[in-house]
Amino acid sequence: MTDTHAASGEAGLHEAPQGFLRTYVFSTDHKMIGRQYLFISLFWMVLGAFYAYLLRWQLAYPETDIPIFGRPIGPEEYNAFLTLHGTIMVFFVAMPLLLAAFGNFIVPLMIGARDMAFPRLNMMSVWTLTAASIVLLLSLVVESGPAAAGWTGYPPLSAVPDYTGVGYGMDLWLLALALEFASFLMGGINFLVTPLNMRTRGMSLMRMPLFVWMVMTASVIFLLSVGPIIAGAVFLLLDRNLGTAFFLPSGGGDPLLWQHLFWFFGHPEVYVILLPALGILMEVTANSARKPIFGYKPILIAVFIAGFLSFIVWAHHQFISGLDPRLATPFSVTTILISVPFALVVFALMATLWGGAIRFTTAFWYAAGGLSVFIFGGLTGIFNGSAPVDIYIHDTYYIVAHIHYVVFGGSLFAIHDTYFVVAHFHSTLFSTAILASFAGIYYWFPKMFGRMLNETLGKIHFWGTFIFFYMVFGPMHLLGIGGMVRRIYNPAQYESYQGLLPMNRFITTAAILLFIAQLPFVFNFFWSLFAGKKAAENPWEATTLEWTTPSPPPHGNWPGAVPEVHRGPYDYSLPGEASDWLPQNQPDRGAASARG
Amino acid sequence: MLAWLPENISTFGGDLDGIFALIYYIVAVWFVLTQALIVIFLIRYRRKEGQKAVYAHGNNWSQAMWLLIPCALVLTLDLWIDIRGSDVWARVKLSRPKPDVTVKLTGKQFNWIVTYPGPDGKFGTADDRKLDNDLHVPVGKVVYLILESEDVIHSFFVPVLRLKQDAVPGRQIPAWFQATKAGKWEIPCAELCGFGHSGMKGSLIVHSAEDYGAWLKKQWPSSG
Repeated sequence: MTDTHAASGEAGLHEAPQGFLRTYVFSTDHKMIGRQYLFISLFWMVLGAFYAYLLRWQLAYPETDIPIFGRPIGPEEYNAFLTLHGTIMVFFVAMPLLLAAFGNFIVPLMIGARDMAFPRLNMMSVWTLTAASIVLLLSLVVESGPAAAGWTGYPPLSAVPDYTGVGYGMDLWLLALALEFASFLMGGINFLVTPLNMRTRGMSLMRMPLFVWMVMTASVIFLLSVGPIIAGAVFLLLDRNLGTAFFLPSGGGDPLLWQHLFWFFGHPEVYVILLPALGILMEVTANSARKPIFGYKPILIAVFIAGFLSFIVWAHHQFISGLDPRLATPFSVTTILISVPFALVVFALMATLWGGAIRFTTAFWYAAGGLSVFIFGGLTGIFNGSAPVDIYIHDTYYIVAHIHYVVFGGSLFAIHDTYFVVAHFHSTLFSTAILASFAGIYYWFPKMFGRMLNETLGKIHFWGTFIFFYMVFGPMHLLGIGGMVRRIYNPAQYESYQGLLPMNRFITTAAILLFIAQLPFVFNFFWSLFAGKKAAENPWEATTLEWTTPSPPPHGNWPGAVPEVHRGPYDYSLPGEASDWLPQNQPDRGAASARG
Repeated sequence: MLAWLPENISTFGGDLDGIFALIYYIVAVWFVLTQALIVIFLIRYRRKEGQKAVYAHGNNWSQAMWLLIPCALVLTLDLWIDIRGSDVWARVKLSRPKPDVTVKLTGKQFNWIVTYPGPDGKFGTADDRKLDNDLHVPVGKVVYLILESEDVIHSFFVPVLRLKQDAVPGRQIPAWFQATKAGKWEIPCAELCGFGHSGMKGSLIVHSAEDYGAWLKKQWPSSG
């Protein structure tokens, strides 16, 4: 604490907190805030998964009693639950977990800062998210039920209470979203300012670990894209409550305006989730393969290009919405082009594996699984990006599967709004985001809680998750290709979907097994929290700065001086070195005497 | 995977399926290739006692070629898909053959109102006929649809026609198709439109030329 160099993170240092409330509840310490985000997102993940279970059961065994739930669900409930599932998983699980939990805990440690740039703002962001969570929970119990217009909330359905029969539930849903965006605005400012201003001596921008770059880029994308959706949410609240008609044609408004505002935010949002996930994959892959990430600079350039392109692809969600058809071609081209920078990231991760000396930790298995699933989700995205194909697959289960692949792990006229869409959505978002989250949890848990997770249970958890994940979302693409539209309560009402019933049952069974496969994780998490093996300072022999301090780090992050940085983030297996890793604070041999 | 596509009874459906197949084969090759490489790398480069990893950072041009060349290949394939796709899109969406039959479809919670202009070919006249959910069309003729909605967004979808188009309140959105086979198919609504969204379905009845003539006669008995 007597360290005085000005360029380090000393500015973020504040008094160690006193008492239970200031330490665990109203904490301004980025590490405690990171843990709070982690627990908030894990809570919502359980609820979001439970809704998924109810939806899947209804699709496989329509209108029968649901085990555990005890009764069947009706069509109004079905619409509400699918709305909640999407809202929860995207805004209350993926973002808090990937961006806020890991970003908060890891970023200051990685760059050698004592805390975030604005610790009180940071506390306010987690409490704003808590308020958003409470509002969303309240919407579950108000009269006339929670929001039921889909997570995309398209008006006029969402704008006029009579169309859904939902009253306050929809207003509370919008309020919860607005609070969530406000929370991430505050967080985003911190994620941007902290790495720009608070790096320790020697930590040049190009020596920052890629995870920090990914969080920064995601924050820029979020800050630039969130304005329109906040305006849209306010317009929608006004339409609902004050009789305006921003989205209602009867009063001169236009429903498509919402779609533009929503997707101008909504598509970049995919990358807000995806980039930190890819950052985790990169950190874990480099560490486990004992190699530098192949192509640090090409990756950065690729990600910046992708970030830029993400702002000019949004209308691919609207190929069949009645948009002028001449607009489809440019948006189709940009959408398909965005595959190039992400292909580069995939090739870079594969090249990192090549020639490695891979240590098969659970974290690495999740990183490898995340890469596999990200490729799958990315490739199926090419179908969606093609405007003519979207005519068919839009709004099918193909899309549901795609987003779960990219989000959980990582389009044709007629696939739009079919299950192809559902499948695609899940395969991109679900895969990369959830598998990367698990990679991150297994990798950083020792640093976060000072104890190791059990590796055997971890590997059981991985294989269950990975296999059942493919079994759920792979076949979902087939439902979409078979023409099954998404968001229908009862496929048995359609003659043409009768043949898809066995596949729906197969997917539901696999989904239930996927939930069961999470039990070893839940047990492992809580058991290790209290009784796991004590974690050393650097159990993975990693090079980045978060591993140069005790696990968990004390208030202020380093007991003594903040380490000074002398090299890039991934000096693994340098030729001519005896050790296969050199931490970032290790001086060059010529300057070895200066080490301190 | 392609076998799961329902049968195609539309003139442009083949083009769409062609693009679908093109993308399918391209991504299938990439998928198998990348997954196989990952598995090979995991086995081949597992940690062995006393063996150090190869040091390669990929930050100079000669090493970055390992990334840039495959990316150039991806870009080429992307452009191929884009060009083929734009071509099909232009044929289906930007050009419209001269309509033989014009029908107005109005979505409303939770039905399709199908309006025929009658013998005078004009909407809003006395000889209009309104049907609930049944869209009768002749085989082999160009059918021009005008999609409207009275309340929320609905989406007209006939999987066998490879045709989907949203119906947005406040707009008249055109769509067209030309069926190649007589028969009866479902029209599911493809956009969440409320609690009755599931089960909001119409029927597409494609008649042979004579059946269609007979059907017309039944609807408008007075006109010759």
